Amino acid sequence: MTTLVRPALSLIVLMTLITGAVYPLVVTGVAQVAFPEQANGSLLRDDSGQVRGSRLLAQPFSGAGWFQPRPSAADYATVSSGASNLAPSNPALAKRVGEQAQALYVPAQGPVPLALLTTSGSGLDPHLPPAAVAYQLARVAAARQLPLPALQALVEQSTLHPLVGPPVVNILALNAALDQLAPASK
Amino acid sequence: MHSYDYALLLAFFALVLLPAPWLGRFYYKVMEGQRTWLSPLLGPVERGCYRLAGVDPATEQSWKTYALALLAFNLAGFGLLFAVLLLQGHLPLNPQHLPGQEWSLAFNTAVSFMTNTNWQSYSGEASLSYLSQMLGLTVQNFVSAATGLAVLVALCRGIARRSASTLGNFWVDMTRATLYGLLPLCLLLALLLVWQGVPQTFTDYVHALTLQGADQVIPLGPAASQIAIKQLGTNGGGFFGVNSAHPFENPSAWSNLFEVASIILIPVALVFTFGHYVKDLRQSRAIIACMLALFVIGGATALWSEYQPNPTLNSPLVEQTAPLEGKESRFGTTASVLWSVTTTAASNGSVNNMHDSLNPLSGMVALVNMMVGEVIFGGVGAGLYGMLLNVLIAVFLAGLMIGRTPEYLGKKLQAREVQLLVATLLVMPVGVLVLGALATSLPGPAAAVSNPGPHGFSQLLYAYTSASANNGSAFAGLGANTTFHNLMIGLGMLIGRFGYILPVLALAGSLALKKSAPVGQNSFPTHGPLFVTLLLVTILLIGGLTFLPALALGPVAEYLSLGL
Repeated sequence: MTTLVRPALSLIVLMTLITGAVYPLVVTGVAQVAFPEQANGSLLRDDSGQVRGSRLLAQPFSGAGWFQPRPSAADYATVSSGASNLAPSNPALAKRVGEQAQALYVPAQGPVPLALLTTSGSGLDPHLPPAAVAYQLARVAAARQLPLPALQALVEQSTLHPLVGPPVVNILALNAALDQLAPASK
Repeated sequence: MHSYDYALLLAFFALVLLPAPWLGRFYYKVMEGQRTWLSPLLGPVERGCYRLAGVDPATEQSWKTYALALLAFNLAGFGLLFAVLLLQGHLPLNPQHLPGQEWSLAFNTAVSFMTNTNWQSYSGEASLSYLSQMLGLTVQNFVSAATGLAVLVALCRGIARRSASTLGNFWVDMTRATLYGLLPLCLLLALLLVWQGVPQTFTDYVHALTLQGADQVIPLGPAASQIAIKQLGTNGGGFFGVNSAHPFENPSAWSNLFEVASIILIPVALVFTFGHYVKDLRQSRAIIACMLALFVIGGATALWSEYQPNPTLNSPLVEQTAPLEGKESRFGTTASVLWSVTTTAASNGSVNNMHDSLNPLSGMVALVNMMVGEVIFGGVGAGLYGMLLNVLIAVFLAGLMIGRTPEYLGKKLQAREVQLLVATLLVMPVGVLVLGALATSLPGPAAAVSNPGPHGFSQLLYAYTSASANNGSAFAGLGANTTFHNLMIGLGMLIGRFGYILPVLALAGSLALKKSAPVGQNSFPTHGPLFVTLLLVTILLIGGLTFLPALALGPVAEYLSLGL
């Protein structure tokens, strides 16, 4: 048995040093030099240097003058993130979606896009499909007293078109740009 | 489906299939100690490891010594991880001052990562220190995958060698698999992921003032390095609680493509490694064809199912499109389904959408992928040794049909081999049906379900299937962090891991001893379409006969009740 104990113990220690210490440290070193912005959480700062969030994490918005992100089952908690885990057959899902649809429905614009009625997997989805942004355009334009074409242009600028995924708009970036264009009344 | 959906599917298959022949040959050369372009860099490290551990790389082991070495190494790894998790409150690199895990949770977590399952009854950002994630979990992510690869090459040698009493050296195989097989690819993937937005830092969590003036804590950490190995090593344990649905873990459509392709990159390549061992790449192509057929059948079913709108949401106020509950906007339906199918076909278990909220038949495809024993590409090493067991069973059945002693690649299958094969057939039924029935029939454990009706049963069925198949994904609404489930799911993971590894090594030892009969005209060819079909039917029949009643009570009943 002693012929097994020494290799077992020394190899677990050696592997711990190589894969648990050297490897993450090398990745950190290279990442901090090559991609410091992303490696530190894609932080969004204002002019005074104050951190206002991360471009990758959704924030809650209340008020007609802001674009609303996907609903969050964990109320946009970051520690810890969470999902509803509601089954399609769970009556609680139909009830919640129905209530949310009542609140958001604009007869002139047709049925409410599903992205605005369903919670995301992470509860922190920073994006919306363009159609779900378009559904909110008239409301935001009216609240900010902005001409609709100006707002449409802003949304189009913020739309990403990856080749291997659906087009999306980053809602936090859009709201930050919106606040530069026409600050919300405090 | 839009053009970007087809582009994603095309890119995915290209990324996993095109490098496979080259990568498979690379793994063969590495595991046989031949020189590769990485040798000048990693050779000194490898030799240093052997010197410090007192290992002579030229000494070979019998199957029993090989198995004992594997068990000793896994036990040492379990002990170290269990201690780190219990004691993390007293250890450094813990900027959030998180306390140690409760003992049954620490047991569950340590077993989970040692067995390459990565079932998680905790949420990483809220309960694990940077030290636990790095020195504890990342290490087991590497060495559990390396253990799987070692068992696979031992079986390959058992089939390829003639009248041999040894299978190789576990210490050498594990070290080579980690250093050459996993580390270089992980470095590459980790940096690709940071480029796309995955954090990699040791600083504290950041406090932000949101645009509307509220306080927000931004969790950070050395995430990219761990996510790379959790994908490439078919581990699947997320750095953050919601796994690859988290925008920090999987920030864009591109990071999603890299991560989902990484799940089966190595398992596909290893099928070619097997072909090099037995010096017959036609065998590899036949096995790949069978795996691809099962993958495409499951994938197409799940895609069709997941594009159906949920009938319970039917209302003039609600847009009637493919369900989005539990899915991220940047992935949409196709990328979510592709991930779900891939992660359950391989024993990865990471998720980019919440499987609990999948339509019933898409959830059932995920279940079936695991129930057939994680052989559709499967885990690193584990997938192919599982598939080779099915190949031997199919050969045995063919032998019964034509009335000859069954043989595979010149090796006769006799009573001992068939007994060992049957032992492995019992693993999934015991883990899923016996433990699952216990969890379902006891009132305390059964109360962990969070959805009413048949789906509640599916949640428990999924948990015990995922554990026994060493997958690790979940119908995550299940409140599994109880002493009962932590211990029983832990037991399921141990049965699912070692219930295969030990018979496979015994089988390898037994096959290695045999002489090789010349493959004559009367041998049943194991590379043509006829054999691929027989293999496919064997896999589906064994899985189907065992699990059909359970599936009928869960996802099928939910599907019928929804009237989809």
